[in-house]
Amino acid sequence: MNAVFLVAGGVTLVATAVAITRANAVHALLYFVVSLLGMAVIFFDLGAPFAAAAEVIVYAGAIVVLFLFVVMMLSLDRAAAIRESSWMVKSVWAVPALLVVLLGGALARVLTAGAGGGVTPLVITPQAVGAKMFTADLAAVELASMLLLAGLVGAFHLGRKP
Amino acid sequence: MIAWTGPAALAGALFLLGLLGLLARRGLVFVLMSIEIMLNATGLLFITAGMRWGNPDGQIMLIFVLNLAGAEIALGLILILRLRDRLPTLDGDAATLLRDG
Repeated sequence: MNAVFLVAGGVTLVATAVAITRANAVHALLYFVVSLLGMAVIFFDLGAPFAAAAEVIVYAGAIVVLFLFVVMMLSLDRAAAIRESSWMVKSVWAVPALLVVLLGGALARVLTAGAGGGVTPLVITPQAVGAKMFTADLAAVELASMLLLAGLVGAFHLGRKP
Repeated sequence: MIAWTGPAALAGALFLLGLLGLLARRGLVFVLMSIEIMLNATGLLFITAGMRWGNPDGQIMLIFVLNLAGAEIALGLILILRLRDRLPTLDGDAATLLRDG
């Protein structure tokens, strides 16, 4: 197993686990950024440089910054963090953990039952991605643009002060 | 060469962590962040599958997943902002009525 994958995967997993247990929203988002950067390293290691760049630019660069802007506008103070940590008692985690363990068992069974084999060592260049996406998958690109337009119109409508 | 089960297992683990956060947390910002973690895990699985067979479809699907995440997060965050005008806290359990209580 590749050492880069093991290190980046470990960082991603630990950062995500820390992110979902923070009481302070900004701390959680910063750990989420660490997990996204680890994910980008994994994409690069697997031979998908375009996906790695898109992950950093769109996810870590745009979506998390949008999150941070909204957290600033919500002006979450120390009282909000204390309230969050008062909601995170042990009993709250019991039933979700049980469900997650059940689903994890099913996923582990799928992974161990499947055929072996490895990821191809070749690199898929951005050129290949673009050539396929804008010829064979053009309809999906149009659908994605319609989705973004719907999101834009919806956000504009909901964001207006009544 | 990396066995495909490694990244696939990591994607599964990240998805489960996101699901755990989604089910257990009550703060709406954390709920949205957990959804993002789950979307991200599916993206990793798409990349792994694409690279397993050495074709660009996995990366193309990741771009569409990013699109979906962007559209979803814009609407979700706007809804949180509007809810903040009506509720004193960002408690997901408090927003159960579709009208003023």
